[in-house]
Amino acid sequence: MPKLAYFTRVSNSEEEQVRRRTAVFGALLVIVLITVVMSITIGSKSVPLTDAWHALTSPTGTENDIVIRSLRVPRTVLGVLAGIALGVAGALMQGHTRNPLADPGLLGVTQGAAFAMVAGIIFLGMTSLYAYIWFGMAGALIASVGVFALGMVGGRGGPTPVTLALAGTAVSAFLYALTSALVLIDEQAMDVFRFWQSGSIAARGEEVVWQVLPFIVAGLLLALINAPGLNALSLGEDVARSLGQNIALTRGIGIAAVTLLSGASVAACGSLSFIGLIVPHLVRPLSGTDHRWLLPYSGLVGAALLLFADVIGRVVAPPGELEVGIVLALMGAPFFVALVRRRKPVRL
Amino acid sequence: MSALALRVAGLSWRVRPRGVAVTVGALAAVVLLMALNMRLGDIPMSVAEVLRAVVDAGSDNHFVVMELRLPRALTGALVGAALALAGAITQSIARNPLASPEILGVTTGASVTVVAGVVLSGSAAGGVSGALASFGIPALALLGGLTGAVIVYSLAWRRGLDGYRLVLVGIGVAAVFTNVKFWLLTVGDVNDTGRAMVWISGSLNGRGWEHVGPVALALVLLIPATLLGARSLDALRFGDDTVTSLGVRMNLARGLMIFAAVLLAAVATASAGPIAFVALASPQIALRLTRSAQPPLLASAVVGALLTTAADLIARTAFSPIELPVGVVTAVLGAPYLIHLIWRARK
Repeated sequence: MPKLAYFTRVSNSEEEQVRRRTAVFGALLVIVLITVVMSITIGSKSVPLTDAWHALTSPTGTENDIVIRSLRVPRTVLGVLAGIALGVAGALMQGHTRNPLADPGLLGVTQGAAFAMVAGIIFLGMTSLYAYIWFGMAGALIASVGVFALGMVGGRGGPTPVTLALAGTAVSAFLYALTSALVLIDEQAMDVFRFWQSGSIAARGEEVVWQVLPFIVAGLLLALINAPGLNALSLGEDVARSLGQNIALTRGIGIAAVTLLSGASVAACGSLSFIGLIVPHLVRPLSGTDHRWLLPYSGLVGAALLLFADVIGRVVAPPGELEVGIVLALMGAPFFVALVRRRKPVRL
Repeated sequence: MSALALRVAGLSWRVRPRGVAVTVGALAAVVLLMALNMRLGDIPMSVAEVLRAVVDAGSDNHFVVMELRLPRALTGALVGAALALAGAITQSIARNPLASPEILGVTTGASVTVVAGVVLSGSAAGGVSGALASFGIPALALLGGLTGAVIVYSLAWRRGLDGYRLVLVGIGVAAVFTNVKFWLLTVGDVNDTGRAMVWISGSLNGRGWEHVGPVALALVLLIPATLLGARSLDALRFGDDTVTSLGVRMNLARGLMIFAAVLLAAVATASAGPIAFVALASPQIALRLTRSAQPPLLASAVVGALLTTAADLIARTAFSPIELPVGVVTAVLGAPYLIHLIWRARK
């Protein structure tokens, strides 16, 4: 296994680069903080900043205190977690498949989780989120192994970005058909599913945050461990092997990380597509192709993007709310179309 | 294999005996499966009883068979034929076996407008029955299908049409439509949502003569029209530059053919909801059966009717007494086929 290369000695010009990248990291952190503040204060009931501070530091049980502590804070924390998870998962998938169109939602991982969870609700009568998570995770694992297998067959002879995107669509369509057959049989599952499939971070409560937290933390650790290996792999499998990389191990860690990250966020929030697609493209001009920076940046931008989309969803259709998954898709799909139109998609 | 020439009014087609044999054989199979399908229902019948009821207006089951079962079976076959024909046209034009109306925004566009109609009219307006069901839904689907196709086509157009760009743009646009649809589903009352869910997975349940009519009309008008247009389609597969130098008015011919495909797919979707993968798979199956260079239009249509009728038979019998929507069966069978196509295409 490669030693983490974060702390090795670097030359002067590289030191310069590291300083610059650390500064960018700081700037992204500030952006995330701004969206966190937006997410806490903006909504169907807008809360002044001073009241928000009051609620967080010394709550006295006023109406605003309750709104913030029981609704806005869990929602925001979940948004940050899911955003980080999906941003990093997207960057990992694009790195491993070397495909600029990879995204957990587009490539069927999300539908895999959905199918496993609906099957669990119907056949095993599960009701607790904890059970959902394990099933979601299993479904995500199967789908991501399948997609990775499709995406990496034969190295150079593997599918182009186009065919992989199409294969993901086909896998999604297949799983979606199975899922919809199941929910047509069971009305209760249908009621869960229809809210689940449009993806939301609202009204999930604090306990959901605690339940998904360990999975996401574990996934993030694996992703960071995976970064140096992924850098070597992006030179091609042969080069990576000659650099002493254990290819199978690196791939395995990548799949495990993608599964944990997307499985947990999908189980908690439902289907959130396109965030993993957009984020790495936004981040690459800042980070370059070095995954040690690309992955953390993607996490931060993912969190900011998700919270921003959530805030938009709260204000765009008063008095109701638009689910964040829908806002993300409505923002992300045009991005995808633009990406496809701009140039012929090439392998990363 | 030798080919014969068919000449009508100065135009000529090549007619290949193998293609004719496949078409006739598939047509016979469609009739057989329709008869098997019409046995099913609250009153089980044998094939012989079904046939007698069709022929003899005085028999007990005449009403049930002629007013309930025959229109349902016919809707399935005609919708399958229309979808497959639309698929054969789009695949020929995009020169891509993966192009089909569902990818090109037609069926997804139709889904959105129909769900909007079902959910927004709601139970308060009497739900989806009467005039809305027989008139409004087809009109809405047509509107949505055309809009979807125009959006995808114009976004994919960039100094010409690249097959793969068309498909990928279609996937992106479909994502937008799908999410608008999801939003509508969460807004609606659970009963309306359930009905909308059945429709958007493609169902033949409760189809009557009013669903047969529009599709039959579209097929009668558009099959001859597309066969005329197929002459330029044949040339299209040599590539834009070659075709232009051959003197075919490429963009006009292509535009008209695409319009015909959109009409067929939208009318079919209006009648039965988006039945997935029929448009994608039928032309490819017909292509292999007839061993021709391009998806053959007529044979594709008949294969489409065959696939849909067979899928409906499976949908009704596999989990009996629960009837699945036929679209679920075609998706479960068709998606692996799509994966297989992609798998084979990677070289």
